[in-house]
Amino acid sequence: MSDIADRVKKIVVEHLGVEADKVTEGASFIDDLGADSLDTVELVMAFEEEFSVEIPDDAADTILTVGDAIKYIEKQQA
Amino acid sequence: MFDLTGRKALVTGASGGIGEAIARILHAQGATVGLHGTRQEKLETLANELGERTMIFPANLSDRDAVKALGEKAEKDLEGVDILVNNAGITKDGLFVRMSDADWDSVLEVNLTSVFRLTRELTHPMMRRRYGRIINITSVVGVTGNPGQANYCASKAGMIGFSKSLAQEIATRNVTVNCVAPGFIESAMTDKLNDKQKDAILSAIPSRRMGTGAEVASAVAYLASSEAAYVTGQTIHVNGGMAMI
Repeated sequence: MSDIADRVKKIVVEHLGVEADKVTEGASFIDDLGADSLDTVELVMAFEEEFSVEIPDDAADTILTVGDAIKYIEKQQA
Repeated sequence: MFDLTGRKALVTGASGGIGEAIARILHAQGATVGLHGTRQEKLETLANELGERTMIFPANLSDRDAVKALGEKAEKDLEGVDILVNNAGITKDGLFVRMSDADWDSVLEVNLTSVFRLTRELTHPMMRRRYGRIINITSVVGVTGNPGQANYCASKAGMIGFSKSLAQEIATRNVTVNCVAPGFIESAMTDKLNDKQKDAILSAIPSRRMGTGAEVASAVAYLASSEAAYVTGQTIHVNGGMAMI
């Protein structure tokens, strides 16, 4: 597993207070991890801070699962 | 009741009459108080008088970069702002048909846009900590209107709508957003009125007197307290009955 994936999962676990084994790449923030719309905004802001990237609103709207976040950040940092 | 020990507050416009009264009461309830204003000397005098648990943050709220910097500095120096009191405000009165763009823009910029920008800086950390109190000082005229103050009334009404929207967005994070709407309060702003204007206003106030800054500040202290946790999106009117809303 990549370093980015580990860091993304750590942020999700800390922010949403969910068990680490539930944070799979296919897990949807809202449907599987119990996030509300404010949580998703906060997660995007936390990713921006952690990885020093800017995630514009239209990109943020496409980040629905843990895997989406990992892929987006990997692409930005490639 | 309303004990604020350990809480950190930022009060904008603390060099003015009502702002100073708010800073005094929050400090008296035990909070550490950050005093924002434009007049450094006045802020220093107040900070020295209050003693421990005070910091000063001079900044010009019509400068957008300065507003952002104020939020960042207050959050850092106070080690987390729990209570934000957006009190700073200006007037540039004039009859509407002769109101200049500049007078409209400067009042909206200081009274409303700076509130949006400063609150945006401080809301996210409050959400993360799952605790916050945002208190916006509006005015009775933001609800009733007042001839000669189209710009000021628009800014104060805007503040109420702003507060209600934000209150709905962040209520689940235990961050409340409320307004206090003073009526006719003894201050530098009301000192500008002539006797005839004052008499006319007093005749419309059931209490037949002006309010004091301390009476406004007491409402702020309540909203800032943990006891007020279930009150959000509201406006408390402190106006001697001049408008019953």
